Amino acid sequence: MNGVELALRTLDQGERHLTGELADLAERYRAEHEIHHVAADLATWSEEHVERLREAAARHDLDLDTPQDAHFAAFGTSHPATLATLPDPGLLLLRDLREVHLAATRNSLHWEMLAQVAQASKDTALLSLASFCHPRTLRQMRWTNTMIKNLSPQVLAAL
Amino acid sequence: MERSVDRIRDPWGGRVPHGRHQPWPARVDTYLTEGLRPEQVQKWVQAASILHSDGDAMDIAVVDGRMVGVRGRATDRVNRGRLGPKDLFGWQANASPDRLTRPLVREDGRLVESDWETAMSRVVSCSRSLLDERGPGAIGFYTSGQLFLEEYYTLAVLARAGIGTNHLDGNTRLCTATAAEALKETFGSDGQPGCYDDIDHADVIALFGHNIAETQPVQWMRVLDRLEGSDPPRLLCVDPRPTPVARKATVHLAPRIGTNVALLNALLHVIIRTGRVDHDYVRRHTVGYEELAAQVQDCTPEWAARICDVPASRIVEAAELLGGAERLLSTVLQGVYQSHQATAAAVQVNNLHLLRGMLGRPGAGVLQMNGQPTAQNTRECGADGDLPGFRNWQNDAHVEDLAQIWNVEPAVIPHYAPPTHALQMFRYAEQGSIRMLWVSGTNPAVSLPELSRIRTILAQERLFLVVQDLFLTETAQYADVVLPAATWGEKTGTFTNADRTVHLSDKAVEPPGEARPDLDIFLDYARRMDFRDQDGEPLITWRDPVSAFEAWKRCSAGRPCDYTGLTYEMLREGTGIQWPVGRQAPRGTPRLYTEGISWAHPDMCEAYGKDLVTGAADGEDDYRAHNPEGKAMLKPAAYTPAHETPRETYPFQLTTGRTLYHFHTRTKTGRSPQLNAAAPEVWVEMSADDATRLDLAEGDVVEVTTPRGALRGQLRITGLRPGVIFVPFHYGYWDTPSGTGPDASTPGRAANETTITDWDPASKQPLFKTAAAAVTRVARGHGQPSPAPTTTASAPTGRRLPATTGGPTARVTQVPDPAWDRQEEHR
Repeated sequence: MNGVELALRTLDQGERHLTGELADLAERYRAEHEIHHVAADLATWSEEHVERLREAAARHDLDLDTPQDAHFAAFGTSHPATLATLPDPGLLLLRDLREVHLAATRNSLHWEMLAQVAQASKDTALLSLASFCHPRTLRQMRWTNTMIKNLSPQVLAAL
Repeated sequence: MERSVDRIRDPWGGRVPHGRHQPWPARVDTYLTEGLRPEQVQKWVQAASILHSDGDAMDIAVVDGRMVGVRGRATDRVNRGRLGPKDLFGWQANASPDRLTRPLVREDGRLVESDWETAMSRVVSCSRSLLDERGPGAIGFYTSGQLFLEEYYTLAVLARAGIGTNHLDGNTRLCTATAAEALKETFGSDGQPGCYDDIDHADVIALFGHNIAETQPVQWMRVLDRLEGSDPPRLLCVDPRPTPVARKATVHLAPRIGTNVALLNALLHVIIRTGRVDHDYVRRHTVGYEELAAQVQDCTPEWAARICDVPASRIVEAAELLGGAERLLSTVLQGVYQSHQATAAAVQVNNLHLLRGMLGRPGAGVLQMNGQPTAQNTRECGADGDLPGFRNWQNDAHVEDLAQIWNVEPAVIPHYAPPTHALQMFRYAEQGSIRMLWVSGTNPAVSLPELSRIRTILAQERLFLVVQDLFLTETAQYADVVLPAATWGEKTGTFTNADRTVHLSDKAVEPPGEARPDLDIFLDYARRMDFRDQDGEPLITWRDPVSAFEAWKRCSAGRPCDYTGLTYEMLREGTGIQWPVGRQAPRGTPRLYTEGISWAHPDMCEAYGKDLVTGAADGEDDYRAHNPEGKAMLKPAAYTPAHETPRETYPFQLTTGRTLYHFHTRTKTGRSPQLNAAAPEVWVEMSADDATRLDLAEGDVVEVTTPRGALRGQLRITGLRPGVIFVPFHYGYWDTPSGTGPDASTPGRAANETTITDWDPASKQPLFKTAAAAVTRVARGHGQPSPAPTTTASAPTGRRLPATTGGPTARVTQVPDPAWDRQEEHR
């Protein structure tokens, strides 16, 4: 297992997961036409990503269907119980930064929702709360993104 | 003015008063080995000072192939003949008997004398096998602020395009990274806006965390001369210590450590509230005014007074001084750069000048200072976490441009992430992903924070450590290969001071033994590694200083630090010259931004900026949207409390710093008799209030403890801010029985035993001035005073102590040079 394999495997899982999620979304909301169509379109992107990942894996002599090295499987999950098995502290850090980033992303979306309901219900206090907090959430996301960008070349290339 | 003066006792020498808007008259300082008369000097060889960032031009006196003294150059724009104590006496270290004269290699755990062939073969073989097995990310280079331009540029090319590693940084990370970052944040690119001549023209000079009297003593002489002339300037000093600057200041603020942003926000608040903003300038040349005004709207002096523990009325007085200035010069140094919220605070000083339109005119300028003589070159050559020529690693066109100059594929030059900063390199070495570290001209085993950790990293078996230095430093003792380097006076090259003045420093004498210029060592490595360009030709085509300089000129073309108009011949004509020097400015450029902001356009800027609190990088799109026309950027920052604050077990705030008589880890100044005697041993400063409360007296041996470690020194009681202790950072272990660190024979002596590993998120500069510490007595001093100098910020309060003196061997002649002054009048 090296950094490239780890990234390919994790992305393969993630894109397959997202393909499924988007396809389900499209399927469930046939009556929501925009959702239905756009989600289906976006699902094909992820499908294509999986195909390309597979081709790339083949060029690296990797079969993404063989089970992953158990030590590294923890990297792809958000389940904390398996973390102790991650063999590299740098990887653990990348994984944690990713989870923080995703959590911040959820918050960001929720701030967006709050701001929208505040506007719809003419609640200016609530809107100003969201206007104050949401930019900070975006700064949190930028920070995790910057840290992942800066650290991952060394951590993954050294695996 | 006396003809001869003890320059240890009187570090700044005699006064030659000068009035406002007058050229600074010359005063030529000469120091020759005792008994030698000037007419016995066989030749004078031109150089500039290498023991601070001022760039004092001087000539080295030579007799029979030996250095025998120095003399200031009256014709030079920087110092007009004056020299500081370190310039006058520091050169003697070159001839120390313990200079490294042969390469050393580690055999059976011990360093043994060897030869260049063996030593370089080991370095090359380690490099090759790491490249094969682990790739370029396994190799890191940690360099200095004291090599020459030609050397940094060569190192940058071989590291970034030869090895292809992103891991190249300088110890300038500890001294000047925040200056560079603050300039990038505000002006889009590095480049000192102001000029030392601004001292001659300003009516208010504000020094933020800058003890200029000890860090750039020659410019302090210029301030002192103005203070004694007609229409003297008024000074604002922000410093927790009673520095010589504080003693001359109209307003001295000694805020609680770590609160610079709160103080500066309050100053900006008053400037805006009292209508001191030059709205026309702000409209024409800046973006971001609304955000800044909103940020400081609630930052009243009363609010800041509670945070900074400074009376609100004094903050108002300071703001009135700044707001009423007709020509304002501000300077910033380590009290800001090495403290909490470093970049955020340094940027607020830039904001002050933008709000007041105080840029680009005589007397109206900002000097974001450096500590080291050649730090500016580390920055511009790309050896300090930036790409050469202030190119933007996020801008593909800039990388392509660089790739063309080097004739390599752009992908060869790592630009997928910012160049790795020093503290991160040590972290990678700690984790084992960096396996070879080449340290040139710096001593991390004393100068980095939290030394027990640094020693553990350097001592790792798996890390191949190469150290290139003059002496067997604390760091060199951990090395696998030690390369003996030639130094200033033994090699030729250029370097650039804190106000962009480029000087040429010539070889005066031969280096000792087999020691070689750093340039030759890097060139030898490049040759042995056989680095090639994309056509299979040698990557590095130059072979000596002048051809390296020519190569650098091509790299600097079209960039803010344009050297294309400079030649070694021009630099031999009597004075240093300020870059940019090119077709537009054939004789150099005193001030940047005289006609608006020149380098902030999205296509030209060195960086797209960062979040000042988190360090998160902005992207090109953000930058274009915010600043499409390339104006100066007013960036606000909210105050956040320091990360380590005093508590019951560690009730003091610990700050570290320099003294006038020493440089860095004393490798040179500790070997210069006059300088060493002036400050021979570490000490600890404390206020009289705290000393009384703890029943401590002058000279008591105390232990300073933090969660990281401890050191011992004799107590000096000064007018320091209560609650703060100060320890000079110069003292390590090379001249103790242990050699490298504390042990049973040697108690802790280095300030960095105690400092915290924490850095500014934007500039990545370590914070040496923000730790919590405890102080306990180890032994009574019994009337034996502390070894701290009495002539500086360490001056004692209360009890009169014997003054620091140098005696007969420290007497320096000083002569006003009337010939030069007449020449100036006719210009």
